[in-house]
Amino acid sequence: MQLDSLYQEVILDHYKRPQHKGLAATYDAQVHHVNPSCGDEITLNVSLKGDKVAAITWDGVGCSISQASVSILSDLLLGKSIAEADHILNNFTELMQSKGTMVGDDAILEDAVAMAGVSKFPARIKCALLGWMAYKDAVVQAQAKL
Amino acid sequence: MAFDPRVVRQDFPIFERTIREGKRLVYLDSGATSQKPNSVIEAESNFYRMHNAAVHRGAHQLAEEATDAYEGARETVAKFLGGTADEIIFTKSATESLNLLAYAFSNGGSDNRFNLTSADRIVVSEMEHHANLIPWQQLAKRSGAELTWFAVTPDGRLDLSNLAEVITSNTKVVALTHQSNVLGTVNPMAAIVARAHEVGAVVVLDACQSVPHMPVNVKDLAVDFLAFSGHKTVGPTGIGVLWGRADLLKDLPPFLFGGSMIESVTMTDAVWAPSPRRHEAGVPNMAQAVGLAAALEYLSAIGMAEIYAHEQNLGAYLLKRLQEVPQLKLVGPLDMNERGAVASFTLGEIHPHDLGQYLDAQGIAVRTGHHCAWPLTRKLGVQATTRASLYLYNDEEDVDVLIDGILGAQKYFGDK
Repeated sequence: MQLDSLYQEVILDHYKRPQHKGLAATYDAQVHHVNPSCGDEITLNVSLKGDKVAAITWDGVGCSISQASVSILSDLLLGKSIAEADHILNNFTELMQSKGTMVGDDAILEDAVAMAGVSKFPARIKCALLGWMAYKDAVVQAQAKL
Repeated sequence: MAFDPRVVRQDFPIFERTIREGKRLVYLDSGATSQKPNSVIEAESNFYRMHNAAVHRGAHQLAEEATDAYEGARETVAKFLGGTADEIIFTKSATESLNLLAYAFSNGGSDNRFNLTSADRIVVSEMEHHANLIPWQQLAKRSGAELTWFAVTPDGRLDLSNLAEVITSNTKVVALTHQSNVLGTVNPMAAIVARAHEVGAVVVLDACQSVPHMPVNVKDLAVDFLAFSGHKTVGPTGIGVLWGRADLLKDLPPFLFGGSMIESVTMTDAVWAPSPRRHEAGVPNMAQAVGLAAALEYLSAIGMAEIYAHEQNLGAYLLKRLQEVPQLKLVGPLDMNERGAVASFTLGEIHPHDLGQYLDAQGIAVRTGHHCAWPLTRKLGVQATTRASLYLYNDEEDVDVLIDGILGAQKYFGDK
């Protein structure tokens, strides 16, 4: 069934065992993003060290897609350079906007390729992107402080 | 003749199609918008085919026919609500109806009876849809009036224990929903209206969730203004209604300015036309008004009392079946005498968006989220809920399919 292409094992794993959930006490920037159509909320902390993403922690409430997506992101972007993380983020955004025509490059996206199925469900793309947009916002704010 | 939703469904062409790989459409989202019978679709398109012209202007036969059709629609709406035609204002939506009122209140200058100042109070409730909260909240900001509200009890009723303290002698407006779009609660209006009128306040009723589902008579309710939307009432989108008592409408300043709403105009001033024309600037949504009239005629032919009785029975069945599901928690009162046939609930750890997605894969359409009543969902302590809302074309089988779907979702998300 098409539903299985949305709810990949990896997504449900991250949903049930979220990574880097729980906000760190110190951070360079903290952002709070909301999906106004469903009320999903994410607070995300970022710390930078030089040009590297030194820490990403988050807390939130929402559906399996929004929560798994931010969990995957926090795992994937941690320790990357800001430029690498940007590249991954752009790649992921493109995949989400592909309306099911792309499968995603697992060399770049790793676990995040499991989100490919989301792009076939227009109502859920915002869910998948919520954490990523929060990360993008947080990094811009953190860099502004440097 | 006994009411048969399966026969009713034959009037609604959308039920002939299938959903998600051939599933029967189980439409449980009429609280968001209702489906349309053939008679409405035909009335709207027939206006374009046969009678299209700008109403109230044009010296030709089509303009005459269009005006007759549009004004005839006004008569139909008036009859449906128990008011008179000059009390019916067509808008593009109930949201616009409520905004029109809230803006009109602050458009008249200090000698207008609707003018509000910092000495006045506006009363709403915690269970309002955003459309009947934000216009008043913003009017309070514009005018300096104080905004206050009835709280909602844990079981989803209006807390009226402090009625006289909420509706104080300086209260000018009491704007409430007739039936909550989330909880299904039907608010007991008589006591509220009596108190509001005792202090000289006007009562504005958001009847979006009641007019489609039960007999609603503005005289029996004794309210002062009432808004409802066409598209939730088996009518077209793009048409809403604002009913107002004639003696109030005559003093209500206009909100939108332009063609059709004036008596005379100079370069520096304008004199308003009488209501309802004063409140209908521009060429109105004519085909949609005609479609709405066809919708109300369709509902009237079946009988609003029959539709209400059907929904009461089916609503009771829905509540009973939902309560059999483990971990499912309903919001709102459980007594059908106090509510309509809409049920919002949470399902253990399964997020409403995920449940909605699973149900969609079974052909079942529900609404998920905060249902445009964010303050209410916050008050209830839930982030989001899943809502099933019933109408005249739903039957027990639809409810059974929903319950099977919910149990299936628990298995699907539980086993993974």
